[in-house]
Amino acid sequence: MKQKTVVTLVMSIFVLANQGIVHAATSHPVTGESLSDNQTFTYRLLDEVPTLDPQLNQDSEGFNVLRDLFEGLFNQDSEGNLAPGVAESYIASNLNRTWTFDLRKNAKWSNGDPITADDFVYAWRRAVDPATASPYAWYVELSSVVNAAAIIAGEKPPSELGVKALDDHTLEVRLEQSLPYFPEMTTYATFFPAHQPTIEAHGTAWTRPGNMVSNGAYILTNHVPNEYHSRQRNPMYWNNQATIIEKVTGRVINDENQALTRYLADELDQTGIPAGQYPNLEDQYPDEATSAPLLCTYYFAVNHTDSADPALLNVKVRKALSWSLDRDVLVDSVLKGGQYPAYNFTHRATAGFEPPVIEYGTMTQAERDAEAKRLMAEAGYGADAPLNLKLIYNTSESHKQIVTVASQMWKQKLGVETELVNYEWKTYLDIRKNQQFDLARAGWCGDYNEASTFLDLMTSTSGANDGRYFNSKVDELMRESKTLADPKPNYNQVEMMIADDMAIIPIYHYTSVFMLKSDIKGWPYNNVQQNWYSKDLYRSAP
Amino acid sequence: MYLPIRIRIKTADAPGSVTGRSLWQDASTRFFRNRAAVISLLALLSVGIFAIAGPWLADWSDDAIDWNVLGNVKSVGMPSFETGHYFGTDELGRDLFVRTAKGARVSLMVGVIGALIAVVVGTLYGTVAGYFGGKTDSIMMRIVDVMMSIPYMFVLILLLVVFGRSIILLFIGIGLVSWLDMARIIRGQTLSIKNLEFVENAVVTGVPPASIILRHIIPNLLGIAIVYATLLVPNMIIYESFISFLGLGVQEPDTSLGALISSGASQMQYGTLWQLGFPLFFFIVTLSGFFFLGDGLRDALDPKDSGR
Amino acid sequence: MTSYILRRFMIAIPTILILIIFSFMLMYAAPGSPFVGERPLSPEVLENIEAKYGLDRPFYEQMFNYIRGIVVDFDFGPSFIYKDRTVNDIIAQGFPVTLTYGFLAFIISVSTGTLLGVAAAVRQNTWLDYLAVGVSIGAQVLPNFVMAPILVLVFTLWLGWLPGGGWQGGQLPYLVMPVIALSTSFMASIARITRSSMLEVLNADFILTARAKGLPLRRVIFRHALKPAMLPVISYLSPTFVGMITGSVVIDMYFSTGGIGQYFVNAAINRDYSLIMGVTILTGTLTVLFNLLADVAYALIDPRIRY
Repeated sequence: MKQKTVVTLVMSIFVLANQGIVHAATSHPVTGESLSDNQTFTYRLLDEVPTLDPQLNQDSEGFNVLRDLFEGLFNQDSEGNLAPGVAESYIASNLNRTWTFDLRKNAKWSNGDPITADDFVYAWRRAVDPATASPYAWYVELSSVVNAAAIIAGEKPPSELGVKALDDHTLEVRLEQSLPYFPEMTTYATFFPAHQPTIEAHGTAWTRPGNMVSNGAYILTNHVPNEYHSRQRNPMYWNNQATIIEKVTGRVINDENQALTRYLADELDQTGIPAGQYPNLEDQYPDEATSAPLLCTYYFAVNHTDSADPALLNVKVRKALSWSLDRDVLVDSVLKGGQYPAYNFTHRATAGFEPPVIEYGTMTQAERDAEAKRLMAEAGYGADAPLNLKLIYNTSESHKQIVTVASQMWKQKLGVETELVNYEWKTYLDIRKNQQFDLARAGWCGDYNEASTFLDLMTSTSGANDGRYFNSKVDELMRESKTLADPKPNYNQVEMMIADDMAIIPIYHYTSVFMLKSDIKGWPYNNVQQNWYSKDLYRSAP
Repeated sequence: MYLPIRIRIKTADAPGSVTGRSLWQDASTRFFRNRAAVISLLALLSVGIFAIAGPWLADWSDDAIDWNVLGNVKSVGMPSFETGHYFGTDELGRDLFVRTAKGARVSLMVGVIGALIAVVVGTLYGTVAGYFGGKTDSIMMRIVDVMMSIPYMFVLILLLVVFGRSIILLFIGIGLVSWLDMARIIRGQTLSIKNLEFVENAVVTGVPPASIILRHIIPNLLGIAIVYATLLVPNMIIYESFISFLGLGVQEPDTSLGALISSGASQMQYGTLWQLGFPLFFFIVTLSGFFFLGDGLRDALDPKDSGR
Repeated sequence: MTSYILRRFMIAIPTILILIIFSFMLMYAAPGSPFVGERPLSPEVLENIEAKYGLDRPFYEQMFNYIRGIVVDFDFGPSFIYKDRTVNDIIAQGFPVTLTYGFLAFIISVSTGTLLGVAAAVRQNTWLDYLAVGVSIGAQVLPNFVMAPILVLVFTLWLGWLPGGGWQGGQLPYLVMPVIALSTSFMASIARITRSSMLEVLNADFILTARAKGLPLRRVIFRHALKPAMLPVISYLSPTFVGMITGSVVIDMYFSTGGIGQYFVNAAINRDYSLIMGVTILTGTLTVLFNLLADVAYALIDPRIRY
């Protein structure tokens, strides 16, 4: 025990010494590039983050901040693969139903307290506790942690959650079913540890700068809602010597064009590119304009219930609508951000997923158009029996562009008239949820990098299946996939069925399109969830 | 030292006299002598004609996408007689000439109807509250206070959800807010005017309140009402684009000047300035037209206001 | 007068109460909920959340608890969207921001606006009048969502003189563009109301008499005409002042000031019920207060006005 203390002491001296060295260093420890004296990173936030409480978070921009402030069992690397976090390693047993994590002994909270397995137990119980009322409690349930569902439903106390501290540095998690990708799930904020004394001392105000005790590579130093927040390197972080960026600032700028102007005025190092502007900006700033795959799919939901136009119950009409959409035009002429035309639902860059060959995806647009016209005629619609459909979308310039162009394609190719109806966000969700539409613009982003995050949506039990597409075969295949060692054939079968039934009309697979100053290096372009960690970034010398 | 306010007595139709007719004649003579007012009237008429006739003159319909332009708006979507896009195209390659004309149609209606509601409702409400005073005034003006503060977005969203979408709802949505400030201004003026001798005389001689309000009070505050109403026109045109954002106003492919300006403004740094320029031009012409027209009307209705 | 003011304060309480009840009903009748998103929550999770915020209670009970919270503890409740903050926190942080830029913009627009309006009226139909009208039109032609990006393009990107947004506690460089963008259109309106009202007064008998007596024009204007001419301007100014100090959505959004102006739209879009109520009550109270001040000002300007 004594020896251990000495080791720790020596280590911390080493860390402190190293920190001094890094600070003065002018070259990157791995690549050897010379580093700038100005190691700050400033980026644009679309909106204020609703919360900085990891267990309450459900926001992707909030997650961007939380990944810097906190660290879970594992992180993601630049490819999206697992990288050690507080856990150094894990052992799966009992057919992937019991997971034992070895926590590193040098991990500390920002106030110097050591991080123990109990901090995770506390946090995870907190996430499912009905009193916390986390909107992301379902994430723990989805991860199949034992008793999560019962605790959320108020049937069991949080202490019954299947997570246990075997000792200070060993965490045991029991799952209700085999889940081969459970460690990947622990990279999300809900599973981050929490510092019990801080939360108990400050209540909901524990996330304010000054109050917050965190364990990530950065600590929160300033936060003015709807203006900016900043985070500074955390000297207590176990791997602090590898951190290069000293200070990260997130500025809230709602308007994307305004944000771009400020980026061009060098007030920001990173900002999104407004729809349609990527080619121009790439011309002018080839080193800064970037397009990288992002795990989201854009599609039109089709109403399969009897509140829709009866024509939509005919698969030929659904196919004609889908086939006649020239996705290349939508992607290349409207969005112009390197998005991928989509003929299937699951994003093509999803880990371990290989899109099946979808028949109409391989045809030319002329062939598809001819086929669509034929199908439409077969279904009995045409100039003398015109079809009128209602397409709803939520207020946004780029949604408006997509639906406008789509409606013109249908009008010119099939003679289908589309009534375009926009609603503000919450009304839109309400209307969509109640199937008061024929077609509805929709988008879905993967919660984790695995095909089921998309395909589960097509099951009859999914709450997000707003078109109410019900197919017992799909339900069966998805249920079965959870227990299979290789679920890929099931996924592909489901994709084929979606295309055969034209359950939804896939439009495109997203890309993240943004400007990043050319001297900022280390961006994880190949991480399809675009989960970036400031600790992996650095600014090279001009 | 305080000097009593004695605003000039203007009586549209004094009881037992026939001067009313000549008052309006005088006013119209004065109005047509005001060059700025006449020019702006003509300008407004031309915007109106453009709004009505524009779509017939255009080579394109307002929803048709020029597929040759889509995707290359910056290089081939500029104003040109060759392509038939006299004002260029919007971001989706739709003809901006016809869209501006149709947008101007909606916006003119919105501006004029909004201002009319403000003048009619605001003036009547304000004069009644001010004239009767006391409890009536207190209750009526507290209602205005409440209406100035309630979260309007919910009123608009509820209108949409309960009644569905229609152009009439758009006018209701606009009418609901436009008259509030007007009512307060008019009521303030009425409080002052009702103490003037000629009003008190009318009260003493037993003229009923309704005709006092209509014949003695309203003519004396019509000037300020008209000027304020012309100020409301541009506000209403912009306000419409906000209502449309909630889904209540005009819907694609229909459009309005406010919507066109807003999307043009979002593109202004990307080399397609015509998308902002043309709609903004018509907005400015409309706005200044109403300004000078309002001033001209005010001056014309003020009988003593000649050649100082 | 004192008794009138006292009476108005007494009426203010039921007025605000009616405002609260009315707004509450509107909010709850509107579709959507603060907790609904692209991903629907499971019924169990939603139940827990609603229980936490008291939304599982009957409507009248929620309203009663809300009003009691305000009256007893001056507590406007937790924000439903910004989960780490209470409505009191949010308003305490954002209101000083809009108060600062709104008040400055108000001072600027009132002083320039009245000056332009008086000048235009006194020199009616001369180049000065046209210039003043021209300036007011110029100030109003650009809606502020067009003006804001132009200002940033010019002063931040091209000239590099001013920061493109932010607040930093209200330092001068951060104030300039919000104040300009907010004040211009109000300035135009004030100028035009002043001009028309001033013209009415200048044609009044007592002014004509004063001028006939040979009093110098400047004295006639400032001693005699200006005060009565301000009556309609004051009617216009009281709601305008409230509107300006509670900020503008466009200003807050384009300049990232962190003010409360944006919550009038954002909180409604997010259905952040408690935050909507917070800003509504704030506006309501200010509206009642400043409309009262305006009424008092009427009586001071024109002693014949009695309530």
